[in-house]
Formats: sequence, structure tokens, C-alpha cells
Amino acid sequence: MTELRKVVIDDLEIEVEPEFTLLQACEQAGVEIPRFCYHERLSIAGNCRMCLVEVVGGPPKPTASCAFQVKDLRPGRDGSPPRVSTNSPMVRKAREGVMEFLLINHPLDCPICDQGGECDLQDQAMAYGVDFSRYREPKRAVEDLDLGPLVETHMTRCISCTRCVRFTTEVAGVEQMGQTGRGEDAEITSYLNSTLDSNLQGNIIDLCPVGALTSKPYAFTARPWELRKTETIDAMDALGSNIRVDAKGSSIMRILPRNHDGVNEEWISDKTRFVWDGLRSRRLDRPYVRKGGKLQAATWDDALGAAAKALARGNSAAAIAGDLAPVEAMYALKRLMEGCGGKVECRVDGARLPAGNRSAYVGNARIEDVGRAGRIVLVGCNPRVEAPVFNARIRAAWLAGAEIVAVGQTADLTYECRHAGTGRDSLTALAQETFERPDADRTMVVVGQGALRGADGEAVLSLAMRIAGQGLGMLVLHSAASRVGGMDIGFNCDGGIDAALEGADTVYNLGADELDIPEGPFVIYQGSHGDRGAKRADVILPGAAYTEEHGTFVNTEGRPQLAAQAAFPPGESKSNWAIVRALSSAMGNPLPFNTIGQLQREIAEHHPVVASLDEIADCEWRPLPEGKLLKGEFPPIIENFYQTNPIARASAIMAELAASSDRPKQVAAE
Amino acid sequence: MLADQDRIFTNLYGMADCGLAGARARGHWDGTAGIIAKGREWIVAQIKESGLRGRGGAGFPTGLKWSFMPRASDGRPHYLVVNADESEPGTCKDREIMRHEPHALIEGCLVASFAMGANACYIYIRGEYVRERELLQAAIDEAYEAGLIGSNAANSGWDFDLYLHHGAGAYICGEETALLESLEGKKGMPRMKPPFPAGAGLYGCPTTVNNVESIAVAPTILRRGASWFAGFGRPNNQGTKVFAISGHVNNPCVVEESMSIPMRELIDRHCGGVRGGWDNLKAVIPGGASVPCLPKALCDEAVMDFDWLSQHKSGLGTAAVIVMDRSTDVVKAIWRLSKFYKHESCGQCTPCREGTGWMMRVMERLVEGNAHPGEIDMLFDISKQVEGHTICALGDAAAWPIQGLIRHFREELEDRISARRRPESALAAE
Repeated sequence: MTELRKVVIDDLEIEVEPEFTLLQACEQAGVEIPRFCYHERLSIAGNCRMCLVEVVGGPPKPTASCAFQVKDLRPGRDGSPPRVSTNSPMVRKAREGVMEFLLINHPLDCPICDQGGECDLQDQAMAYGVDFSRYREPKRAVEDLDLGPLVETHMTRCISCTRCVRFTTEVAGVEQMGQTGRGEDAEITSYLNSTLDSNLQGNIIDLCPVGALTSKPYAFTARPWELRKTETIDAMDALGSNIRVDAKGSSIMRILPRNHDGVNEEWISDKTRFVWDGLRSRRLDRPYVRKGGKLQAATWDDALGAAAKALARGNSAAAIAGDLAPVEAMYALKRLMEGCGGKVECRVDGARLPAGNRSAYVGNARIEDVGRAGRIVLVGCNPRVEAPVFNARIRAAWLAGAEIVAVGQTADLTYECRHAGTGRDSLTALAQETFERPDADRTMVVVGQGALRGADGEAVLSLAMRIAGQGLGMLVLHSAASRVGGMDIGFNCDGGIDAALEGADTVYNLGADELDIPEGPFVIYQGSHGDRGAKRADVILPGAAYTEEHGTFVNTEGRPQLAAQAAFPPGESKSNWAIVRALSSAMGNPLPFNTIGQLQREIAEHHPVVASLDEIADCEWRPLPEGKLLKGEFPPIIENFYQTNPIARASAIMAELAASSDRPKQVAAE
Repeated sequence: MLADQDRIFTNLYGMADCGLAGARARGHWDGTAGIIAKGREWIVAQIKESGLRGRGGAGFPTGLKWSFMPRASDGRPHYLVVNADESEPGTCKDREIMRHEPHALIEGCLVASFAMGANACYIYIRGEYVRERELLQAAIDEAYEAGLIGSNAANSGWDFDLYLHHGAGAYICGEETALLESLEGKKGMPRMKPPFPAGAGLYGCPTTVNNVESIAVAPTILRRGASWFAGFGRPNNQGTKVFAISGHVNNPCVVEESMSIPMRELIDRHCGGVRGGWDNLKAVIPGGASVPCLPKALCDEAVMDFDWLSQHKSGLGTAAVIVMDRSTDVVKAIWRLSKFYKHESCGQCTPCREGTGWMMRVMERLVEGNAHPGEIDMLFDISKQVEGHTICALGDAAAWPIQGLIRHFREELEDRISARRRPESALAAE
């Protein structure tokens, strides 16, 4: 670490790192600097000129604090630390001037603007603006863009801060946006009028400091001050992105990211952000029982009675947990199955995750470690669709100089990637190559579920562990939010999903809609949406979705996080753990917890790794025994990014996106 | 008046051979290897001692600028970039050097590059200078053939490559960092400083950007001695300077003169005086479109150098003297400049993007007198809000002519407003 520098900010002397910008130093001193173009996670543009400060004794004009580093400050003549003033007349005049310039061509349409109430320009105009306009000339108008079904544009409101351009080119890795034209005719456009081809595009809505880019699905539906905000965790992929769910009454109106440096920074994927309309449609809001071959609405008593009868009657039962189940529900279900001698299984996709060896089914690397890697090996995964925000991190590592090597299906990952082959033989060759490389110690391995679904899944994992063992470690990239939690509490059986279903005469399906249950067994389906699983059900127990109950999700790096209830489950549906608890009563053998608190305490007692919230438990590195690799390619696991779970399949927005991503891209005509 | 034997550019009008033989006959390329043999430190010290200040407009001491380049390379190459994007309205001095004295520039590139440890030099020439580019390229080819540049340039032991890059005609690409962006193949938008080009310039490597004239005078200074050059002009404003006088004079011309020459002497001696006599003078823009104009009263005693002009709230700029006689509508003239800056603003940062258009529109109304008297002060205030708040100096350049106008011709603005308002008030409608 370099030596700290002293700097005086408005009479307050502080010590900061020399690489800090003046803006960061001011923040450390507790002085807030207004800004529009500056954003911590994007490159510095310095074009809005709002963050001007005065370097006392420096140039006779104000300095852009977002770009000027503390190390470039000169000490005073007598050796006193350099002084920065943030509220001198020079600074106030500069800010007022910049604010006036930003407002002269900005339309006065705050009352009909969706950004109203959470608009940087509005807030800063209150603080630094004046209450009248000297501008008598005609205002500029700019044509709106068509960026696709997610981002609505009102380009007349644009203040050309270029945050959206920088995000799309730097983080999302698509080069469709830019600034064309000069002077006051400069416009932010999508070159060639193309729509954005990125599943991270929703983030530019948050980044836009004014109302130029707003959310199309959310347009004109709510004002920010009407919304009840709940901080929770996303379940659309296994990353466990930190989100904030905004609800008006019982409806969820929008989903926004929260900052978590270790997980999602402050980005979320479009599926996470726009899936909320799927929470409103095709909901199971009352129990059903199949009578005479048809599902008929029933009371809870009837449904629980039918389910209890089926479980009690059967000789062998199996419980399957789907991709969206929280730990609490799985644990309760496991206890229930223990009571009636059934098997449990969460590896519905057939991935050969070794039970009990956390270092193998989670890995030992963290998401953050990507930033330190010099070489990243992707085995059988396509992070761009399996975890888009994680993919942005890999891209950032690539931009910083890391080499990316992939074994598996070819795909456009938004960064250059050496494609070493599609199958197992290529992995063997790559492993050999890695062992001989001098930089093997800076290698990180990311293993996708596509690599582990074959019969030789454990052997593939073993080889990946050997590559990773010399380097920065391995991260198993899961695609289901529930999977690591399920493995952590032992929601699995020997032989995996096939063994669990074999010979079962009653199947308890906890939201596993991607699974085809063979004809024969009696199926109890517990879930939130009338999707594939409900069609095959004999009893339907309507449960809450991930935004409607408290629950723990363990993310792909093994970080348990608590999801909170943002809205009530619709109709008669109930929390998933409570349904299992009620069923146990109906079976005459009630489980020993009456509240979620009691349940969580019991889980913590037996499975402490999932109880230490937001901490990744250390686990012993236990390489798997070497196995024989079979032949063949690693298949892709996601057919369509926007249709991976029942909530997404119920969403009209996701359906539109899926349809447009299926369509062949129009090639820049003429 | 500068004596003929003290002129650096003795073929400024292209009357003699512009090629290598002619240049050699005029003394260029004489003992270049010997100059280089004296070493980097000596060259930089001589340029510092000569008092040469940058000829591109800002007047930063050239020797000091050269000394900012790292002494030893840290592995990155060093570059010299010559700013030949002479786009300032009224300025046409570098053009004469490039087409008639190209070898002075080429030799200067070699010497200056050596002094900064650069093995490569780029000349970024203005997009509209097509013929000049052809002539300069021909001279570069000639120099390569004669072994004056290339490996072991002029038998000095220094390897030197010179590239001529043709711009696309944007004024902003004459700003040094925008020029570097453009040279790298990007959109010509100024970068923020720091980092200064000497630390991270072209392709992130240490770079010095100099004006054509600053580079072209360097070999002669080194040959004839720093004290010779420093002997012209007032202290801190030494040397000879190429002036370009245009507008309402009898013989508009480009001429090399001593610094600190009185403006009246410059115009009377070289341009045949102001059209209609000195008393017919209304105003002079002494340094290219971006500096504030001076009214006749100040022109009477004006001294053409950096310090005098900046003391009187104008500037020497590129020494492009624009003379306006009493037939000039000075408001409209300044409006035209505002229109130019509005057109050439790159649109990157807020004050310039929004301010240049606003100022132009207010000026447009002032030309007709279609304004409120209070708007004169407002315009001045707006120009102050632009000045000093932008990434590059284009904001300042757009603000200064207007400030000069209001400072010196306020009455004319007020008269126009009241002349227009009077008949309106007679109507007393509404």
C-alpha cells in the first residue's frame, strides 16, 4: 500500500490514498459532490462538469473532481497540505452555471416523467439551481429511439452524460450505443437504429440520471413514493443477486438491484428485473384435487387430506425440489419424508454433484476471485445466459488482461475467448496444458452444470478440481437458485434423480416444473404457477413465490442470503414451509416447529453452513477421485434464457423477449 | 522592422525553390548532425534560453514543455506530434510554412524528436489542406530519399520516422488531446488533463504536441544561437513571429516579424495600412477568432506580443490579425464567430454544448437589436459560465470574442436595442 496523502477539504484535514480522485476524497471527508456522469463502476467521462471544485492555490478555474487525483495536487508553498474547497463562490457559481445549462434544453415535463421523485436532475436542481429561467430561445427536441421492449426513451430529456453508452460498451459488452453528432446536435443513439442485444440492458434505466431512459413495462404505473420497498434476494439464477422489490398494495411493480460488491455489484439481469409480471399471472391461488381425471378446486382440508392419504398409503415416496425452493421449505419437506420413509432429491437436472463434499459441489473460489484471475477456464457453461451478471465480471477480468479459455458449446460471451473444444477430450488436453503453464497458479476454473450432467459428471468435476487445485480455485456455476441450499441440507439420495423416482408410488413435487414425471405415481405438486408440474399433479398445494415469503437461498459460491417477503401470496396460497408443516399435521405427525423462526433455528443447529448469512463458510478442499471420462460434447443447458422457470414462463415480457431472441437477427439491410 | 538576414523563413512566399535543394541553399539542413551531436540537454536548454513560447496560441514556453518528457523511456516509446490542424479562423501562417518551407518543419521534427527521445513523429494536418499535404508529403519523401530522415537520420545516428496524417476537417481536432484521439482513430473529443500528454499521450505513451511554427523555428534557433533569437521582442516575448493579417487592409499578408512590434507599424508597413486610413479602423482581433477584439483606441498603442495583449484582456493567440474598418457590423462579425464555435463544439461537456448555442442565439437577436437591454449582461454572464468550466479551451474561445464585444462595444449593442424598441413602444399594443 502506498503512503497516504494529507489533503484539506473545506478546512477538514483527512488522509487518503494518492490514487483517490478528489470526489472520493471529498466523500471520505463527508462532503457530497453533485455529479451526473460520474459512476463508481464505469470509466470516468468528466463531461457533465457538475462536480467542479476549487483547488486552492491551483489553476484560476475550477477542477473536475471526478477525474483529478489526489496525487496530482501540489502542496502549498510552505509545505502545507493541498486545499480543496467545495463551497467557495467560484464553485457555487460554476455549479449554478452548469445546472442552468443542463436545464435550458431539458423539458419541463416532470409531472409526466417516470423518473420524477427519483431524478438526479430534479434533486440537484433543488439544491443548486435557480427558480427561474433566463432562456428565451426555442428548446431542443430529439427523436426517441426504439431500444426494444424494455427500455423506453425520451431523448429530449437526455443530458448526454454517456453513462448508458459506457455501461453498454464496458460492462454489457455490446457496441450498439454511442453519441453521434457534434455540439448541441450531439445525440445518444443506437447506431443503425438497432435494438439492444444484451440481457443486462435494464441497468441503463437505473444509470440514467434523468428520465431519458425509463422502464417500458413499468411506464406510468406508479410513483416511487407510493411504493413499499423490500430488500431481498433474486432467484432467477444461482447468483443470488441482491434486489429491492417495490410493491404497490399487493402488486409487485418493479424490481431494482441493490449493491453487493461480492455478488452482483449493482447490476441485475433483465430476467431478474422484468420478471415481475410473471408473478401476477397463471398463479395457483387455491388448492386442487384431481377427481375423475380432472383437477377440481378444493379446500385446503380436502387437498391436505388427499395428500396425506397418498403419502401414508404408499410404500415408497419421493420428494423432488425444484429450482426456486428456499432452504426452509426443502428442510421441512425432508423432515416430512424422513417421517414416512421417502427419498428426497434436488438434483433435478441430473447433475452429478457429489453429496456431502461442499468443496466439489460449490467449489472453493468466490465470485469476487474472478477479478484476481489471470486465466479463467470455462468448462461446459455459457455464463452469458446462465448468470449474466457473473459474465459481466468475467468480461471485466478480460478487459483487465485475463485470458479466457472455454470448453463446451461456442457462444458469443461478449469477450474474446479461446475456444479449446466442445467435449471431454478437449478438457483433458486443456488440463495437461494448464499443468505445464507457469501461470497455473493464477488460473480459475468455472464449471457449469452442462459439464456435470453426463454419467461421468464426477470424473469431469474431478479433473476440473485438479486444474483448479494449483490455481485460484474452482467455482461451480449453478443455474438454479435452490441447488446449493438443497445440497447443503442433504436434500439428495444415492443415485440421484433416477433412483429417487424409480419405483416411487407417490411423488411430492416441490416446484420442479422442468422434470417429466413418468406415468404411474400419485403426484402432489406444490408450487406457485400453473405450469408443467401442475398439469401432471393429482393434488395441487398452492405455494408462495420467491418474493412472497421469507426464505434462505444459498448462491452458487455458497453464500446464504435471506430473501424477504415483499408481498402476500395471492388467494389461498401459503408459505411453502407452512404447507409442509400443515401436511405433517394432517398426517398426524406434526413437525416440531410452528414459526419460521423455530424452523430456521433448527436448520442452523443441523446445518450451520446455511445459517451464517452472507458469509461463505470455509470448507475443506477434498478433490474427488479420478474417474474415466466418456466421449462426447458438453451440452448447453439453457435453451432460452427468458423461459427457464415457471415465473418467467408466465411473464408476458419474458415471452416477448424470448420470441424476439428466437427470431433470426435482421442483418443490417441495405 | 525585422532585417532580411534575421528572417527564419526566407521563402515564406514560395518565390524560390521549395524543394530540398532550395532549402539547403537557404541554410536548412545545415549541420543537423552536429546539432544532434550536442545532445538532448543542450537542445532543450537552448530552446529554453531562446525564450520561444508556443506559437499555437497559448504561448506556453516550448523548452519547458520539451523538458517535461521523461528523460529515459520506461519501455514505452516517446512521440512528437506536430499540430498542423490550423483551423482557427483568420489563421494561415502554418500553411505558408508547410507549403513553402517544408524542410524547416521536417528538420525541426527531427531535432525536436531527438530532444525528446522520440523516434517517431506525426504531423496531423488539417483536412482542408489538401495541396499543402501533397507538398509536405513530397518534401518528406524527398527527405527520406536524401537520408535526412529514416534510420540514421542525416547521419546523426538517430533513427527517425515521420508520418503525415490527414485530418477530416474538424476544428476541435486542433485541440491537442482531441488531436491525439483523432490520430488514434477515435472521435476527436478532448481528453481530460491530467494526465498530460507528456505522461500519457498518443497510445498512452509520453507525447509532446507542438505547433508547426514552434517546431519549424527550432533548427534555426539552434544554429544561430538562443541569444540571437532572444534578441527580438520584449522580455518574456522574445523571438520572431509569423503574423497573418487579414480583413480590411490594403494588402492582406503573412509576414515574419519581430515579436512586440506595434500593431500599427505591422499594419502600415506590411499591409499598406487600413483600408481608408488608420482613422477608418474600427476594431482588430489580434490573435485569431478566439481572442477578444480591441477597439481602435487600444489599437493605437497595441504591441503585438503575449503579455501586452493579455494585459489588455485580449491575446496574441496565433497572431492572426483580423482588421475591421468602420464599414463593419462588428456585432454581426462576432455573431458569425459564435456561430462557428457553436458548429464546432464537440458536444462532450455541458457548458460548451449548451452554452455555445445559447450564446449564438442571443447574439443573433442582438444583431437585429431584438433583445432586452438586460440581456447584454445576461450574455456576458453566460459567457463567464462557459469560460473555464469546460474540458478543453473551446469553451473559452467561444466566450472571449463575445466578452470583448460587450466590453468595448456595449453602446452599439444598446443603441441597436433601443432603436428597435422605440417604434415598437409607439405602437403600444398589447
